[in-house]
Formats: sequence, C-alpha cells, structure tokens
Amino acid sequence: MANVDTTQEHASSSTKTIWKTFWILLGITVVEIGLAFLHLGTGFPGKLLLNAIFIGLTVVKAFFIVAEFMHLGHEIKNLILSVLVPLVFFVWFIIAFLADGDSWKNMRKDLSPGKARTYEMAKPAEHGGGHGAGNGAHH
Amino acid sequence: MDTTVTAKKKWWAGGYSPFNVSYGKLMMWYFLLSDAFTFGALLISYGTVRFSSLSWPDPNHVFHSFPFMGDANLPLVFVSLMTFILIMSSVTMVLAVHAGHHRDRKAVIKWLIWTIIGGAAFLGCQAWEWTHLYHSGAWWSLNPFANADGTAATNSNFTDFFFTITGFHGLHVTSGVILNIVILLNVLNGTYEKRGHYEMVEKVGLYWHFVDLVWVFVFTCFYLL
Repeated sequence: MANVDTTQEHASSSTKTIWKTFWILLGITVVEIGLAFLHLGTGFPGKLLLNAIFIGLTVVKAFFIVAEFMHLGHEIKNLILSVLVPLVFFVWFIIAFLADGDSWKNMRKDLSPGKARTYEMAKPAEHGGGHGAGNGAHH
Repeated sequence: MDTTVTAKKKWWAGGYSPFNVSYGKLMMWYFLLSDAFTFGALLISYGTVRFSSLSWPDPNHVFHSFPFMGDANLPLVFVSLMTFILIMSSVTMVLAVHAGHHRDRKAVIKWLIWTIIGGAAFLGCQAWEWTHLYHSGAWWSLNPFANADGTAATNSNFTDFFFTITGFHGLHVTSGVILNIVILLNVLNGTYEKRGHYEMVEKVGLYWHFVDLVWVFVFTCFYLL
C-alpha cells in the first residue's frame, strides 16, 4: 500500500492548475465583495437576489476547493460518492430547520403584545376586555 | 498502491483499496465528513435562530473596523483580508503537497513554512477582531448591536453564534497550524524521506483545505448575508 508511484506525473496537480484555481477563488471573492459594496451604495441588487447570488457563489467556491485543492475531482468514483452522498442530508436539514425557524417567527409576530390576533379570540367577557393595543400584561 | 485505473477493474473484488487511496487518507476524508456535519449543525442552527428572529444586526454595521484605522467605516474590508490570507495559505499548502509528490524536500519545507505563516496571520487577524468586538461590548451573552430595523437587541443570539462558530473555526485553524508544524519538523528530520513518500503532508493538507472550506461558508453566513 505504501509503495506509491512517485514518478507518475499527475496532470491535475500541476502548479498551473493550482494557480488557476487560486485565481478563480480570488475572483469569486472579489465579485462577492464588489456586489456587497454595490448593494451598500445603490441598493441594487435587491437583498433577496443578492443573498441567492452569494449562496450560489459560495457553493461554486466550495466545489473548486474540494475538487482541485482536496483533489477529490481526480479520485475514483467510489471515493467521490462515499464522501458526497452523505452530504445530501444537508438538503433536508437546511429546508426543514429554516422552515421551522420561519414558522417560529410567524408565531412570534402573531402573538407579540399589541398585535391583533388573526385567529378567533376567547370571549372578551372573561377578563373584562384588556386585549387592546399595547397591553402585554396577560402574557 | 495500484494507480492504474481502468473502467473494467473490479474495485470490490478485494486485494486493494476499493477507494484507490490508503487507509489513512480515507479515514481523513471520513473525519472531515463528520466535521462537516458538526459545522453544518452549528451553521444551520444559526440560520434557524436567525430565521425565527423578527430582526437581526446588520453585518456591515457590526464588522466595519480595520486595525489602526480608528473609526473609519470600512465594512467587509478586514474580513476580505482574512479570507485572502486563508485562500493564499491553502495555495501554499497544495504547493507543498505537490512538491511532496516530486519528493522535493526543500520545496516542501518552503511551502509548509509559508502555510504556517498564513495560518498564524489568520489567527492574528481573528484575535484582533475578537478583541475589537470585546471592547465594543460584544461577547457571549452580551450583544450591544442594534438590529437592522433600528430596534434594540432583545437577546444575545447574534453574538453567541458569532463567537461560538468563529471560535470553533479558529480552534480548527489552531490545530491545523500545530499539525503543520509537526509535519514540518518531520520533514526537517527526514522522516518522510526515509519512509519513501510524503503522504502525511497530503493528509494534513486535506485537513487544512477543509478549514479553508469551512471559512468560505462562515464568511458567507456571517459577513455577507
């Protein structure tokens, strides 16, 4: 196992590829920072679109680091799948947990003091009213 | 190790690694996979709490300082420098691995030293940033930053997550620097020359690139979004 063939030249790990990957990573980071400043100065692109671009570019950067620097792109399929397939869990984790957080936010909004309730109220006679604006004493 | 890859090769027939890598390298990959889930859990819980909050501090307001620049408003500039340092150190690490393939001992030493310097520089930057934030009243359980919508902070979720996640990442950088120093000493002692290969540099290199990979996500989640 330890007898690694050192004379074999990996085309993939040539210094040219390494520097190319570096320039790609640096370029993407510069674009990200440029967009952030553009947004600060002009409000364009909008926050939602901007965040989508940031996340997309982050994934691209991650791809280049893993595929080139960590050399995974040049390993055999067995290893690639063994490492990448478990990461599919993240798709579900992200969707499920962020949706849960969003749902909590909506509940907070609905139940915050002074907010009119969107669902049917209890009979007002019980407490003699007092569910009006700015009254959070019942909570 | 059998490096000839043919389409018809029966990888699971036994006799050689079905992953075409050594045991140590495979285990490094699996360790990094588990570490990815640890960082993923931290970042997703951060995202969950942020999604559940009515408002959150604006990173461009919180992270706007640069050493020796006083009160100048420079959002993103310092963290961009930190990102650049870490990408750069990843490049020097991959160059060290590359030199190891060619058994170029001198080049391995040179690039490992640059990688260690890069890692130390990153840690120095982080120490400055933490100190600066601490002096502006931020720490675990202390959140002095107003929300983006102008309301005052009602909890310390933002600072708790920031210090926990960047701290956990910084701890990884620290152990990476220590590992790099250990293998540098081994290279200087000629350990890998005697062994006949520099695979240990590759394994530590995988770890180092992973630390860079995590930073890419931390950078996006805390400073850009």
